[in-house]
Amino acid sequence: MKKKASSVETGELQIKNKGDYSQLLIPLISLLVLIIFNVIRDVGFFNISIISNNQGYKVLSGNIISILNGASELAILAMGMTLVTAACGGQDISVGAAAAIAGSVFVKILRGGGAITPGLVIVAFLACCAVAVVFGAFNGTLVAVFNIQPMIATLILFTAGRSIAYWINGGATPTVTSPIINALGGFIPGVPVPTPIFIVAICGIIFALLFKFTNLGLYTQAVGINHRAARLNGINTTWVKLLSFMILGICCAVSGVIAVGRLGLINHETLLLEIEMDAILAVAIGGNALGGGKFKMAGSVLGAYAIQTLTTTLYAMKVPSTSIKAYKAVVIILIVLLGSPVFKEAANKIKLRFTGGKEPVTVEGK
Amino acid sequence: MKRAISLLLAMMLIFALAACGGGGSKLIKVGIINNPPSESGYREANVKDFETVFTEANGYEAKTAYSLNNDEQLNAAQQFITDGVDYLLISAAATTGWDSILADAKEAGIKVFLFDRKIDTDESNYEAAVVSDMRQEGETAVAWLLGQGLDEYNVIHIQGAMGSDAQIGRTGPLDELFADGTMNKVVQQTATWDEAEAKSIVESVINSGESFNVIYAENDGMAKGAVAALDEAGITHGVGGDVIIMGFDCNKWALEELLAGNWNYDGQCSPFQAEVISGMIKTLEDGGSLTAKTVISEEKGFDATTITQTDIDTYGLG
Repeated sequence: MKKKASSVETGELQIKNKGDYSQLLIPLISLLVLIIFNVIRDVGFFNISIISNNQGYKVLSGNIISILNGASELAILAMGMTLVTAACGGQDISVGAAAAIAGSVFVKILRGGGAITPGLVIVAFLACCAVAVVFGAFNGTLVAVFNIQPMIATLILFTAGRSIAYWINGGATPTVTSPIINALGGFIPGVPVPTPIFIVAICGIIFALLFKFTNLGLYTQAVGINHRAARLNGINTTWVKLLSFMILGICCAVSGVIAVGRLGLINHETLLLEIEMDAILAVAIGGNALGGGKFKMAGSVLGAYAIQTLTTTLYAMKVPSTSIKAYKAVVIILIVLLGSPVFKEAANKIKLRFTGGKEPVTVEGK
Repeated sequence: MKRAISLLLAMMLIFALAACGGGGSKLIKVGIINNPPSESGYREANVKDFETVFTEANGYEAKTAYSLNNDEQLNAAQQFITDGVDYLLISAAATTGWDSILADAKEAGIKVFLFDRKIDTDESNYEAAVVSDMRQEGETAVAWLLGQGLDEYNVIHIQGAMGSDAQIGRTGPLDELFADGTMNKVVQQTATWDEAEAKSIVESVINSGESFNVIYAENDGMAKGAVAALDEAGITHGVGGDVIIMGFDCNKWALEELLAGNWNYDGQCSPFQAEVISGMIKTLEDGGSLTAKTVISEEKGFDATTITQTDIDTYGLG
């Protein structure tokens, strides 16, 4: 740990640009390969058409829109997951369950108050954010204060979360019918692009602003690289870790609300089921070290879109239902191998042979 | 001293009277072992059904134990046997491992009924099993679909979690029609009961430009997901629409979609077994005997053109 940290400190100035650039290479290449594969398979795969939906509005339709739209929850969760991974060197496996709780709170409030007005939707959204932050803080406390491994700490909520979601609304799948909810998960009347795509963009902008105008990014990175050193430098490491979990909580709430909005229904058992694994995978594909430290949120978001492209591709290829996960696994193995240190080193050596360059600098995300 | 003795006598008298009073209409003791209501909307309705039928007013003293864990269920069964119940009603979490408990029950003279799910054991170990026939649900649905008399059947088939009873039963009859060419399989994909995944599957078919006129979803949630994709793509559905929508489970909101004409068909998976079991217990208590080991719950299929509000109130779950 210490050794790696020092190598980064000494080499940081020279490698900074190169590191940033090479990290995004893996998710970009995987995306590109998937895209090329699809174009070869079916030239019209990425056609976008304008159609009229059943509400009578003109909307965009096509696989690109489906991918961008379908990956929204995953992209938002991947952003939060990146932060937790960077700060704590571990992952939160309870995000799906937390989103189910947040979504249940959202639906509960909407169903409790008569007519669904914009005001009520905002109140419900804020309430479910608050609940998700509380659960995030619970996870964060276990990790930051009690020093429990993140995966073990979040295993508690992973196990209990969907039962808690059940207590909120009962066993059946409660529905909410309202144009406002439809607009959240579908289209705002008159806007041809699905709303979830805008929500991802807004989340991305908020994070970009946070990193630009606050120390959040720098502190997170410092805590992840060496939390003792960070503490000695006056950073409140407990608070930084806790904060990352609370921010992830808000991401869970936003994803939960989108997922509820898509169908106007909540099924606490299936809402964003197994998305925690995809979110962690997105972080990994994005080239972020799962052991914490340096991170690039854009990489994780690209990773999320790569995963969704893969899913859409497999559906389009009509891969039989019984084998879809196996196919997915094969592709993921390839992507993960592509991003592995061994492969990177080999690629570096090949590159050196061509450039005849200097001593290679190890940039393993730390 | 005298006082104490008279008090004792008085108490004995009261006890004797109470015993006599109880003797006239003795409560039948039943131990009910089920999965917890949080498992699903189906289970919630199932648990509620048993709670409303096996009441003191109906002549029962019911003890309940809910768990998804087979070992916990076995422990509960052991406890009920020790408590001396007259009947054990079981919906097992897993189908194996029950033999020794059932033998204990038999030894103690306790009669066993199975509901919702069968157990891997000899038929002599229980009085009767009241279960759903998922295969029958699939056949009813497919027969209804054939009755629509379409020129061509281009079906999007969205399956439940692969390997579950409901998936196998509801897929089987449709698969046969795909095999013999009566219907065309546009796509057959599992969404593992996930609404959002069902939507993605239908979206991908729409994006590929293939035509279809039937969506056969193996539960209500996935049918709703499929319909959301159609709505976004401007494809009409339901009564008088371009695409026939079929779902299963009869959630209240799904039957309302039928009543509104947005969907065409919903198949029932009945969670109401308590009344049937209660009837059989009363038969045994009156000295009668049971004719069938397996009783299939009567299950309906609702058509959007004939469904009424009364149906929704009676059969809708949730």
